[in-house]
Amino acid sequence: MKFLKECKADATADLVYRVCPMHLLEPTELIKDLKQGQVLEILTDYDGALEDIPAWCAKHGQEFVGICEAEDEDYYKLYIKKVH
Amino acid sequence: MKRVYLDNAAATPVRREVLEAMLPYFTERFGNPSAVYDLGAEIKEVLEEQRTKVAHLIGAQTEELVFTSSGAEANNLAVKGAALANIKKGRHLVVSAIEHHSVLNAARFLEKFHDFEVTFLPVNRYGQVEPERLKRSLTPATVMVSIQHGSNEIGTIQPIAELAAICRAAGILFHTDAVATVGSVSVEVKELGVDLLTLSGPVLGAPKGTGALYFRRKLRLVPQIHGGIQENGRRGGTENVPGIVGLGKAAELAREELAHLVPHLTRLRHLLVAGITEGISNLIYTGHQVERLPGHASFCFEGIEGEALIFLLNRQGIYANTGSACASKALKVSPVLCAIGIRPDLAQGSIVFTLNRDNREEDVHYLLEHLPPAVEKLRSFSPLWRKKMAATAGG
Repeated sequence: MKFLKECKADATADLVYRVCPMHLLEPTELIKDLKQGQVLEILTDYDGALEDIPAWCAKHGQEFVGICEAEDEDYYKLYIKKVH
Repeated sequence: MKRVYLDNAAATPVRREVLEAMLPYFTERFGNPSAVYDLGAEIKEVLEEQRTKVAHLIGAQTEELVFTSSGAEANNLAVKGAALANIKKGRHLVVSAIEHHSVLNAARFLEKFHDFEVTFLPVNRYGQVEPERLKRSLTPATVMVSIQHGSNEIGTIQPIAELAAICRAAGILFHTDAVATVGSVSVEVKELGVDLLTLSGPVLGAPKGTGALYFRRKLRLVPQIHGGIQENGRRGGTENVPGIVGLGKAAELAREELAHLVPHLTRLRHLLVAGITEGISNLIYTGHQVERLPGHASFCFEGIEGEALIFLLNRQGIYANTGSACASKALKVSPVLCAIGIRPDLAQGSIVFTLNRDNREEDVHYLLEHLPPAVEKLRSFSPLWRKKMAATAGG
């Protein structure tokens, strides 16, 4: 898992408290609206996302950028770069 | 015998147009909206169309609405779901003393199981929360305030825009239970400035088992029914498709008819209130006289018990209530009437008439013909009333 120091994104999918597999369904839709090279931020409190999101990127040919440590927050911030 | 139904706050018939819209979704259009094949995917589209219709009724965006099984469930999702999602900010809630039990008991649940502190805010004699009092109740730990828009029991409409503005300035979430007002007066979430708003289907002529919660875009909610990804992961359980179609149709009709409905109900209410206050002595017209639901008239008659009056009216085919439909069976003095300072003996004589689009002037005349003699008859049985009259007559 790659931990990021700079956590910048062009769009955010806030999926905190939304049940699995919303952490895969909503980003699939949102990434369609991004341009190549833009970054999508995914906020989720679902532990399984730490495995699912990188696996989803590998399967769909998108780049998993990494995870940003969210201090004092009880959710994760994951970043995907649109490749195509 | 003539039948005059004046308990529309408790239940209304499903409208014919609503029922017709719903019927195909019990049989040929039965697909599960979560399924990926045509039969389901089409239904998912239908659900989203209904969401838009209901959202339009309150001036919201389609994605700002969760369908629920009732107003009570929507209140639970609002109070518990939003408070728990913001637990890190603090554990203090403010609700008015005259909220529906689904708000009061959701707040008490948070108090009991999640160490929240709850302030039950008093109201003035008209049943309104005073803005200054709300301001004073807020603390740095306050995460949410819930104040109903209109009271089903005393008809009063709260100054929600003013109350919500106080909370917004303090960075505190504001929820309003608008079950009594949506479809009865104009309700626009942006004008009110609320973060969350509850509405219910049955008062609009949709079937029982329907309701919805508006939540401001991007607001987080902890689901209260854990399950699948229905309602975008905010509420589990296969959607009540026929009911939601009914709610959508009812919302569409309510939006079209509101401009005509308000003057119709207001006119009938004025007729009813004038007739009752002229024809019967020793009564209180409860709630706010002006800032109130157009089709709502509530009274406390001295020297009688509301339940007994309901039975006498029932014999004449007139259906009314003693207060909120859920509280009336408990035979307890209404907490709402206590909160506005009505004496317990007077509160026993509480009666509520709620009108809707189907009521006509002759219904009001029929009530005015039968109500005064019924009150007089009950008072003649009351030793307390007789004693009071004798004392008055004796000077």
